[in-house]
Amino acid sequence: MSLRLRVNPIACDGHGMCAELLPEIVTLDQWGYPILAPGPVPGPLAAHARRAADVCPTLALLVEQARHRPR
Amino acid sequence: MTISFSGPGLWYATRAAGLVTLLLLTGSALLGILTAGRLAAPRWPRFLIVGLHRNLALLAVAFLALHVGTTVLDSYTSIPLSAAFVPFLSPYKRLWLALGAGALDLLVVLVATSLVRGRLGYRGWRLVHWAGYACWPLAVAHGAGAGTDEHSTWAVALTVACVTAVATAAAWRLLRRWPERRVLRLSMVAVTAVGVPVVLSLGGYQW
Amino acid sequence: MVGGQLTRATEPGPAIWSGSPGAPGRRLPRLLAGLSYDHPVGLEEHERYHGPIPLRGLNGQDRPERLIDVLERSGLTGRGGAGFPTGRKMRSVAGRRGPAVVVANGAEGEPASGKDRLLLTRLPHLVMDGISLAADAVQAREAYLCVHGQETGLLASLRDAARGRYEAGIDPVPIEVAGIPGRYVSSEQTAIIQFLSGGPGRPTFTQKRPDQGGVRGRPTLVNNVETLAHVALIARYGEGWFRAAGLPSAAGSTLVTVGGAVARPGVYEIELGTPIGAVIMMAGGPAEQLQAVLVGGYFGGWLPAERAWATELSRPALRAAGSAMGAGVLICLPDTACGLAETARVVRYLAEETAGQCGPCVFGLPALADALADLAYTGGRGQALDQVSSLLPVIEGRGACRHPDGATQLVRSALRAFADDARWHDDHGACRGVQRDPLLPVPGDDEREWGWK
Repeated sequence: MSLRLRVNPIACDGHGMCAELLPEIVTLDQWGYPILAPGPVPGPLAAHARRAADVCPTLALLVEQARHRPR
Repeated sequence: MTISFSGPGLWYATRAAGLVTLLLLTGSALLGILTAGRLAAPRWPRFLIVGLHRNLALLAVAFLALHVGTTVLDSYTSIPLSAAFVPFLSPYKRLWLALGAGALDLLVVLVATSLVRGRLGYRGWRLVHWAGYACWPLAVAHGAGAGTDEHSTWAVALTVACVTAVATAAAWRLLRRWPERRVLRLSMVAVTAVGVPVVLSLGGYQW
Repeated sequence: MVGGQLTRATEPGPAIWSGSPGAPGRRLPRLLAGLSYDHPVGLEEHERYHGPIPLRGLNGQDRPERLIDVLERSGLTGRGGAGFPTGRKMRSVAGRRGPAVVVANGAEGEPASGKDRLLLTRLPHLVMDGISLAADAVQAREAYLCVHGQETGLLASLRDAARGRYEAGIDPVPIEVAGIPGRYVSSEQTAIIQFLSGGPGRPTFTQKRPDQGGVRGRPTLVNNVETLAHVALIARYGEGWFRAAGLPSAAGSTLVTVGGAVARPGVYEIELGTPIGAVIMMAGGPAEQLQAVLVGGYFGGWLPAERAWATELSRPALRAAGSAMGAGVLICLPDTACGLAETARVVRYLAEETAGQCGPCVFGLPALADALADLAYTGGRGQALDQVSSLLPVIEGRGACRHPDGATQLVRSALRAFADDARWHDDHGACRGVQRDPLLPVPGDDEREWGWK
């Protein structure tokens, strides 16, 4: 069971809390919007990833199981 | 209720719990406004501001339960438990307690929807949260009218401080996020400047 | 040319027909056969030329999915830009449960493209036949034909045509002609679906493909109007006939809009695989010495003229050359113009046409437009080129739709095709070509609509 993170760019408003809680994976561009490091979430960071998704004010950070992508 | 208490103990408890609830709600409302207004402070990460906003709200629920419980148990005023949830059921200070019931209902809905935010979806949650802006003013009005401390300076000062804090934060938020909507800003300032003293006076505060 | 003697080719092999598009032995024109430039082809004339719509086969007995089999074998791919195999798309919609929806996208947001407009104004019944055939094949209960809402004349004539067909009992499902907002991104697939579902005409971030959940959640088939026009002919003449033109890897014919410095700009029908040079000669040849060709439209790519001339117009060949098929647009850039300035103008337009939903696009595209304008018109300080290059990876792939990616792809191709010019601009400033009259069409402010509903 590995997790993948994805941003819903329409919901994202650039609050930046995800980058504060998960700096290993999320960095902010020059306008305050998140850039995600590619690849699955490393095991030890899973709890942090879920917390980052939970804190997002617009629920723009999505945590998914990485079995196979719907698209 | 077969248990009945008398004496001033419960009365002190309910006033104390009510004031603490007001302080916590003020704090939560303040931090909520600061989150939405994207306050950026060097030692205050954004996740901390929103996290504190949530925790203060949860704490407010606990003290609100205490406030309601002690009021209901106090046989001096014989207010039924239902009056805490349904407005206008209280025989004592009906209007002011109705406002309190309204504030409580809103707080319950706010907290409940926030706990299941992931399943509710952002749009539904946001709608409820916006409506929740009414919670804090109702609580203040309830405190002004139903509260029995209108003659003590420190209680009045506390309330005025809470109102000033939230009004300032709201003004900051409006100015920051909608600099172009001047009519909206001016009308909100006018409403606050007029409405607050009116409500407090109606509640019996001596200026 | 009478339609009564039509023989539909059902076997692969040389197609035998009479009275069908193109004289025997000639493979073109196909879509544009019977086209008249002085009047739109009405229902009677259309049926005289091509025969009646072959719903359920010419003898009315085939299963509805028979068309899907034929389309899969024909190799028809989408003509709206994405190039997805049409038969496979239809099969996935037909395979879903519940009533389906067919959407014909005739909105043609690309300013430089005119093929969809030509089909809808001159050959509407070809498109509407395709819509009905598709609706029958996927068992749809609703059918929409989308054009820009500002085009009131076109809307009226299409609605008349659709009403006439339904009253004559031709269409199994009434074709509703919908006027969508005139914004560039409103003709994007998810934007159309959201609009038809009652929302604003803006792209959505959806995890579902249209066949999984489209208009109001129903399985939805979205096709470009040219694709559906091809369907109308394939249903009559068969997959062998269709494959007789084009290449094995890129079958059939397609419409291209040729513009810029050519003698006879306009819409032409070509076989896929035709070299770009041959297409330009069809359009009368270059009007001036050419330096580059923009292939595919504003989400396509620049090719230097010598390279472009021999490159075949087909999806794989263009991708290998660093460009894209897009909406079948060719714009010829003369030596006297400046490719960087033209690109800067287009990117400015694209920056104004974002849906305003995603930060990297809303902020990134204007920054890119500024940087490009600096490179093209000011330059000279050795920084502009780096500024442009550094913005590209931050913008691409971070929007909900392909709008920012189309812009970055265009800019990347410009930096490749005009690499020497870019370095020169960076060191010396604007060249003389920037003063030339703009070539790439960008709608003027008075023509543009700004609403989303």
